[in-house]
Amino acid sequence: MSAPADPSPAGAVRPRVALKGLSKRFGTLEVLNGVDLEIVPGEVVCVLGPSGSGKSTMLRCINLLETPTGGVVEVDGVDITARETNIDDVRTRVGMVFQHFNLFPHMTALGNVTVALRRVKRMKRDEAERIGRERLAEVGLADKADARPAQLSGGQQQRVAIARALAMDPEVMLFDEVTSALDPELVKDVLDVMRGLAAGGMTMVVVTHEMGFAREVADRVVFMDAGALVEEGTPEEIFGHARSPRLRDFLDKVL
Amino acid sequence: MGERLEDVRRLFFNWEVMTATFPELLREGLPNTLMVSFGAISIGIVFGMLVALMGISHRWYLKVPAKVYIDIFRGLPAVLTIVLVGLGLPAAGIRPWGREARIAAAVALGAIATAYIAEIFRAGIQSIDKGQMEASRSVGMTYLQAMWLVIIPQAVRRVFPPLTNEAIAIIKDSSLIFVIGLSIGQRDLFRVGQNIAQQSGNYSAVTAAALYYLAITIPLTYLVNWLDTRLREGPKEALPADDLPATAEPGR
Repeated sequence: MSAPADPSPAGAVRPRVALKGLSKRFGTLEVLNGVDLEIVPGEVVCVLGPSGSGKSTMLRCINLLETPTGGVVEVDGVDITARETNIDDVRTRVGMVFQHFNLFPHMTALGNVTVALRRVKRMKRDEAERIGRERLAEVGLADKADARPAQLSGGQQQRVAIARALAMDPEVMLFDEVTSALDPELVKDVLDVMRGLAAGGMTMVVVTHEMGFAREVADRVVFMDAGALVEEGTPEEIFGHARSPRLRDFLDKVL
Repeated sequence: MGERLEDVRRLFFNWEVMTATFPELLREGLPNTLMVSFGAISIGIVFGMLVALMGISHRWYLKVPAKVYIDIFRGLPAVLTIVLVGLGLPAAGIRPWGREARIAAAVALGAIATAYIAEIFRAGIQSIDKGQMEASRSVGMTYLQAMWLVIIPQAVRRVFPPLTNEAIAIIKDSSLIFVIGLSIGQRDLFRVGQNIAQQSGNYSAVTAAALYYLAITIPLTYLVNWLDTRLREGPKEALPADDLPATAEPGR
């Protein structure tokens, strides 16, 4: 699968991720109010929006790091907010990469990538390490398997984090502003890895401030503001023909 | 003035009394002090971790008992707990550990240590960035797997200095176990020294016991300082331990 089966949300393909009326309140603060979004297999969706618009919260609802206060989150047609759903099982199929990497500092790079294979998927050490080394090689860090996170640059750490998520062989990858904490010269390596993943057909939801990346890699760009999905379309539509004043205002500021 | 000084020397630093006391302290007092203290620290580490995990739980029926336990055992004078647990419980027929006074003493001190060590572990666990838990859960680990594989291994490194401080406090508090009555052979350092002082009418025996305590506690104090510095500045992968009372004075 090298191209999205059908980038339009109304396509016949069953969505890999579907948000239906997703809401999230923190106390009295309404962070998300009724977000609807469907992502089909192989699709790369970039989510843009000013800070505080709810984009990270939306992303974190897809693997239930945040518990929605309303609406439904479906992964492969299964409502993951349902009581009977085993969320640990769902999370093995939904990879996530964080802004601050969150590598386990007491483990080597290989340890970071293999710990869940061994303890969650119950793989033998040899098998887990074979996969772990493969994933590290994919992100260009085959030679750093034995390094500790503190010995790696930010960009290298983030690529290990991507390898850690990929090792679980996820069906969708969530990226939460993964280049925001990086020095500018380290951003490209991380984005290159993500480009490679997209080209390989990975389903991706990417919250980002990297407009260039969104324009070039996204199948669909979604613009959020004040907890709602304001506008969506192809990169060309969003960057070239913004309809809503809020999006035009946002693009004026960031471009 | 010189006479007074001579009295002090004779009563507290009488070398003959001290050298006569050292062997008995080494044979009986030191092993008992170390056994009781080590037992109490072991109890404190095992149950302290349990109480700490209960205390950070979101479930009230785990959290509330943990908080109540910590409040009570940190709030009571050590000697009172030792009397209640070491004398009271056995008197009431509750003595699953048998009739051995030293075990009763270790349990009593362990009950106190559990409360303090629970707070040390709780602070250590909560000082770990919450992104560590999120990353662990995001790859499918259960809460307990994340705790065991990711959070606790990092927390333990950070709590090493305050934990060593607690060990020092326990070793010192172990001198209070005389209140539950120790027969010959069961006596700790302090009790051996005190008995000989009573017999000889000379406090040098207690001074001799003091030297044993200092020989244990002072090196441990320096170990704390060294660990603390190493954790703060030390090898690159070491984490900041700012949120912990690592440099707090030993003892209480």
